[in-house]
Formats: sequence, structure tokens, C-alpha cells
Amino acid sequence: MGSVNAKNMKAGVLATIVCGILLIVSLSGCTDNTPPVTEKVLIFACAGDADKLDPADVTDGESTARTDSIFEGLVEYKEGSAEIQPCLATSWIITPDGKNMTFTLRQGVKFHDGTDFNADAVVFSFERQYNTSHPYNQYGEWAYWGYMFSDIQKVEKIDNYTVKIVLSRPNAAIMTSLAMFTVAIVSPTNAETWKEDAFKNPVGTGPFKFVEWIKDDHITVEAFDDYWRGAPKLDKVIYRVITDPSARLLAIQAGEIHGMEYPDPASFDAIEADADLKLLTAPGMNVGYLAMNNGYGYNDTNHNGMHDQDEAWVKTPGYFEPFTNKSVRQAVNYAINKTSIVENLYKGTAIVAKNGMPPFMLGWNDAIVDYPYDPERARELLTEAGYANGFNTTFWVMPVSRPYMFDPSKIGEAIQAYLEAVNISVEIYQIDWSTYLAKTQAGEHPMCLLGWTGDNGDPDNFMNVLYGANQCTLGTAGNVAFYNNTEVQDLLSQALQTYDVDERARLYEEAQVLINEDAPFVYLAHANQNIIFTKNIQGFVLNPTARYFFYPVDMT
Amino acid sequence: MKWYIIKRLLQIIPVILGVTLIAFALIHLAPGDPVRTMLGQHATQMEIDDIRAKYGLDQPLYVQYFIWLSDVLQGDLGRSILSHEQVTTEIGSRFPNTIELAIAAMLFAILIGVVAGIISATKQYSVADYSVMGLALFGISMPVFWLGIMLMMIFGVFLGWLPIGGRIDLLLPFQRLTGFMVIDSIITLNGAALISVLRHLILPAIALGTIPMAIIARTTRSSMLEVLRQDFIRTERAKGLSERKVIYKHAIRNAMVPVVTVIGLNFGLLLSGAILTETVFSWPGVGRLVVDAVYARDYPLVIGCILVFALVFVIVNLITDILYTFIDPRIHYD
Repeated sequence: MGSVNAKNMKAGVLATIVCGILLIVSLSGCTDNTPPVTEKVLIFACAGDADKLDPADVTDGESTARTDSIFEGLVEYKEGSAEIQPCLATSWIITPDGKNMTFTLRQGVKFHDGTDFNADAVVFSFERQYNTSHPYNQYGEWAYWGYMFSDIQKVEKIDNYTVKIVLSRPNAAIMTSLAMFTVAIVSPTNAETWKEDAFKNPVGTGPFKFVEWIKDDHITVEAFDDYWRGAPKLDKVIYRVITDPSARLLAIQAGEIHGMEYPDPASFDAIEADADLKLLTAPGMNVGYLAMNNGYGYNDTNHNGMHDQDEAWVKTPGYFEPFTNKSVRQAVNYAINKTSIVENLYKGTAIVAKNGMPPFMLGWNDAIVDYPYDPERARELLTEAGYANGFNTTFWVMPVSRPYMFDPSKIGEAIQAYLEAVNISVEIYQIDWSTYLAKTQAGEHPMCLLGWTGDNGDPDNFMNVLYGANQCTLGTAGNVAFYNNTEVQDLLSQALQTYDVDERARLYEEAQVLINEDAPFVYLAHANQNIIFTKNIQGFVLNPTARYFFYPVDMT
Repeated sequence: MKWYIIKRLLQIIPVILGVTLIAFALIHLAPGDPVRTMLGQHATQMEIDDIRAKYGLDQPLYVQYFIWLSDVLQGDLGRSILSHEQVTTEIGSRFPNTIELAIAAMLFAILIGVVAGIISATKQYSVADYSVMGLALFGISMPVFWLGIMLMMIFGVFLGWLPIGGRIDLLLPFQRLTGFMVIDSIITLNGAALISVLRHLILPAIALGTIPMAIIARTTRSSMLEVLRQDFIRTERAKGLSERKVIYKHAIRNAMVPVVTVIGLNFGLLLSGAILTETVFSWPGVGRLVVDAVYARDYPLVIGCILVFALVFVIVNLITDILYTFIDPRIHYD
């Protein structure tokens, strides 16, 4: 080792530093050498990545946000509405008993892999979900089938362009359910090619075809030129994953993306002040509520989703005497200032709820008079019920933010304070989300916060799923108030079998009157859905079902 | 040396067994249920039971561990419960991203940290020393999340010099081969992509590298100060060697052993520190993967990630130990 080495080393260090600085300076100075873009590429930032790209095997909104571009169903929702219109089926006939539905299929429709859309594809897409001996049944969990489509007994091919769906009992909600992503039509040829890996190589009939999926980074779809409605205006849509809401906003402000979901309501003023951005807002199909445990649970031993004569009512583990008293439940309703919660904790991007489903839905009862904020009346009712000195209980508060409740912890604290004012002293209890769901569905809570985002736009998907006595199943309850009113359940069951729209609406309205009187829940709010786009994006419409369609969208 | 390396490699086996056993027990004992997370709010008991059985979650814990272990020995880490994807594929697609980010951050940290530390030590109690050490303190105390957002606001939005997040400008054509995007763009001679990839690396590397940079600067300074007080330095100065030669030829090399230790340890920590950086900069790395997996209680994925983290940690430590022998010939492992 001589001095030459030392010199070399010194020179090396210096050179490295100089090069490093030069590199950084030059890289930060120049802009990307992007070739002149003639393609219309829309980059949309999502809050998370998709789980899977098989529409029948997902339950999360991030997955369906992507599959919506790739797949279509027999019927679809009208733009911006939860009403249905023909899509891959051109027409249908339902027999008078409501149990046989015959669909005429659209001809000349191609899948992205070039194969024909026909009755075989429809039968395949349904049968793999319900027929456990179907060779493709093993490749998915089909989480929505048992819950929303179990009334479908079988799906049969009549001829190449006619299929028949046979129901085990009339179900007026099934038509709207058929517009759901779950029963989108997939290419059987593609499923055969990829088998258990078909979920990451999706092929449908939709306006965009799948290009690539880089996990946790982006999913790219490109225009399907042979789309039966005509090629889309956009050449590509790239769904980028940007989990942090502030990072999403910075990305759209820097011009890296053209649209983003779930903006932080705290940033709405800044967005409206930005001349390059526009904020789209629409009512959301959801409800956030407080449930009081009425104590009625049962074990659904035969797994038919209904409370049968031989399935005895048992007290829920969270049974709490005061909440079995209607006056107490009404008092809790009077004690809470919902308007203030919506203004301050939902930051105004919600409406106060008076019924258990949002106002735009069939059968929503506008005649219901909500419990006003009246702590005085609450105290009177408590005194009448024999609780003049109030009582103590535990209040379960969700640990995560959901589209129907942005900030459950703060809402929980606010409600705690409102209840304290009428001598009801509650201790807040929080636990991780999956345990929270499992335990509230098992009825372990005296009172809890929860909510619901609608699946298919049908009132049954709120009323029956959340408020029916059939849903008091211990362990998997949808009705977490464990509220049992046979009259209500009868109305809801009757409504599900009623195909006449007006009569059906009347039955739901009647049920809401009874639920309002019994007051098992405090309905807090229906939160809005919000989305931001840059001003050069036109034609995007928010849907009540919260699904994203980029087909009519254009950019200038 | 050869035997030493073989011995160390063999030691990896009990370490990995221990780590996975503890991780397996902890994640299964933690409250929460992957099946519930997957099925959401409307699961029926029958569906829950079916899926639990399908993934063997109805078996006793020790049975689950041995099934997992025998699969791993055959190179099968299982499939993610939530995404159905092979755990090896899930990790394999993220791992190069995290490694690239960690290396870039480490290069930044070493380059700035060592230079700053040397300046600080040779000019002890000067303005330069105080400002370097002040900055190092600032760097150590800065929350990564906040630093990331600040860098994005300043360099991304206001100045518009650098991209906010992601790995590459998605409008550029790019061919994926190894998953290491810097390497891929070099192999495919894609200059535009290389520039874009490097530009996307700068801000996350600074955000992630700031804390190790500060630690390296402080370690280099104290180690240098210690060496500079030793007898052989005094001898060399007495011999009439120039101050530059004393520092750059003799002092630095002697001061580097603790610095290399700190670098080695911090490289492992960078992987876990990457979780926050990856979230802020929308970086598709292992850090985010493991956090999401823990939230979803996606057991096979969590254990798979922990296995990989442990392996990286052990291997980096081994490399560090071997590096000592090159820096200081007095260290040998025979």
C-alpha cells in the first residue's frame, strides 16, 4: 500500500460524491422523456389493490372497481341509478309463479379472447358457483352466492342464445341482484386455459380488456375495439394504488393522475379552490347506525337462513335488560344529536338518517317522523321506564373507518357524551375489526356502532338483511340489534316474494313504521360518496352502487 | 474462512426455525380471523366452516405448523388466503422493489453520512461540526411519514422536479425481466425508463435513508475521534506525514469497523422502516405487503414475509462479519 493507493482512494471518494451530486441534479432538473402522447390514457388512483380479478370470487370494492371495466352481466344498472336495464340479455320473461326466468341473449358479442358469448358461457359462469361437483367450483370461495343467490336452483341452456334461471321460491330482488358483479359472465375458454390462476387473467365482454397487473402498483386495461356498443373513447385506463389519502391528493395536484377515490373530507375546501380539479359528490347507498342489543338470538341449525319453529330463541351473550325496554331505546334515540354528528364528524358530506336505508331506494318511507334531539324527553322516558338514575353499560365502537362511518372513534365519543347527559354512562370498547365483526355478529355487545353498504340496490338488501328476525343468527347475524318483531319479518318476507313494485314498496314502508316505533337502532347517517377528477375528464357518473364505469368517459 | 461461512450458514437453520415458530404462534394467538376478513359482513356459518377447513385452519396449531414446515421444505410457502396467489409469487413480485429502495437509501445514507462524519470529526467543535451534528439530530428525530409528505410537497408539487410516488412513469414502455427495475431498464437498454426509474427512486430513498444517514454520521464521527486520539496517529504525525494522509490513509480505515457494523444492522432495519416509506410513496414493496397481510390475518403470507425478512437479516449480518476481515486484516475467523 503506497501513497498512490491513498490518492486513488481519495480521488475515488471525490469522484463518487461529484457523480452522485451531478446525477441527482441532472435527474431532478430534467423531466421524463415521455414520447409525445396521442393515446388517451386515464390514470385513476385507488386506495388499495384488488384482491382478485374474478368478479364472482370477490367481496371488496377495490376488486370490483377493476372488474367493472372488464366484465358485464345479463342485466346492468342504468347510469347513476340502481334500476336495471338489459345488457348481455336483451329481454326476459318471468312466469306468473315468479320461479322461472327465461333470458334471450344478445348475439354477436365477443369475449376479449375472441370466443363467442353464448348460453354456454352464461351457464358456466353461474354453475361453477353453485354446483359443488362442477370442475371449476374448487377455484373460488364464491362468497356472495350463498348470501344473495341461493334461491337460484339451476341455470339451464335452452338453445345457444336462450337460458332459463329456475328459482326455488319467488324472489323479487333477484333481478337487481343479477346486475351485480358476482354474476358477471366470464369466458369459459379462458377459465379452462388458466384454471386456478384465471383470477389474475380476466377475460370478459366489457369495454376494456385486461393488460397487466403489477401487484400493489397498478392494473392496466385497454380499449376493446370489438366491444358490442362500440369502442370506448379512452385508449387505456390505469388503476394506480396510492393508499395514503394525502399522497393521492398531492399526486392529482402534481398532475400525475387524473382521478382519485376517497378524498379526505378535510381537504374539500382546498379541492374546490383548485381550478384544475372537480369534486363529484353523490348520495351513497349506505347507512351508519347504533344498535342496541334486544337479546333475541337463535342458532340456524339447518342453515336455511330462516328462523324455524324448532330453532329456539336464546338470550344473546350481550343481553342487557334496559335495552329490552322500548322506552329506553326511544330515550337513546332522543338523546343523540345526529345533526351535529353529521355536520361535524361526517364533515357535512352525509345526510341525517331517519330510516334504515337511504332515501333514493324503493319503499323508503318519507312519512316517518324522526326522533328529534330532545334530552329532556329522553330523561322523562328513562324515568317512566324505571331508570331515573340511568344505568351503566359498554359501548362497542368500530376500530376502522368505513364508507358509512368515516370516524367511528370520534362518533363514539360524541355519543358517549350525549348519553352521559341523560345519565346513561357508557364505557367505550374497541377491538380489531375482524374480531369486532365476529363478536357483534355473535351478539356479545350491549350496544355497538356498525353500518352497511348496499350490494345490489334492492331494498331487501337493507331491510331483510339488517332488520329481519331471520337475521338474528348467533355468530353470523346481520341484525346486530337482535331485534325480533315477527310482524316486521312477515312484511319483509312477503315483500321479497312480491313482484308488483307499488305493493312491494308499501310493504317496506309499513315495516319502517314498526321499526321506527320499536327503535332498536339509532340510524345516524347516510354518507355521500366523493371522487375527484381533473377538469379535462368528462362523462364520469357516480353510481349508488359505488361502481366505477369508464366506458362513457372521455378526456380532452 | 470457508469453514466459518459454512458454520454460519448452518446456524441459519435453527434461527429460521425459531423465528417462524414464534411468528406462527404469535399471529395465530392474536385475535382476528382471516376467513371473516375475507367474507366480510354477510358470511354464513357454513361458508366460514368450509373455508376454515379448506385452509386447514380447523386443525390444532402444532399440526398446522408441521404441515406448513413440511410444505416449506418442499419449497411451497402455500397460497395467500385473501388473494389466492402463491405466497412465493406475492413476495417475489414485491421483494426486488424493497431491495432496490433499501440499496438506494443506503447508498444515500453512506455517501452523505460518512463524509459528514469525517468532516465533523476532523473539524471538531467548529461550525461545520455543530451544523452536521445538528442536522444528524434533526434527521434522527424526523418522522418518516412527515418527511415523505414534505419532500413530495416541495419537490413534487411546488417545484415539480420529481415524481410523487410509484416506480416509473406508467406511460413509458417497459419490459419486466428480473423485477429489479433499474437492472431491467439497463438490460433492455431502455434509457428513458432508466431515467424515470431513478427519478422515482430519489425522494423515497432520501426519506428512508435520512435516519440511517444520521446514525452513520454520528458513528463515523465518534469512531474517527477515537482513532485520531490513538498512539499510531500521533506517531504518523510525528513522522511528518501530512494531515490529509494521516486521515484518509490511516485513520478512516481504522475507524470503519464500527461504521460497517452500523451499516449492516441498519440495512436490516431499513426493510422494516420501508413500511412507512412504501405507504407514503405508493411503493409496491414487501413492507406494505406484510402490513396488509397482518391486518387481514393472512397467516401464510405473514409467515412467508417473516421468513424472508429473517433470511435477509441473517445474510446481511453474515456479509457484515465477512467484510470486517477485508477492512481490518487483524480480524480473522479461523
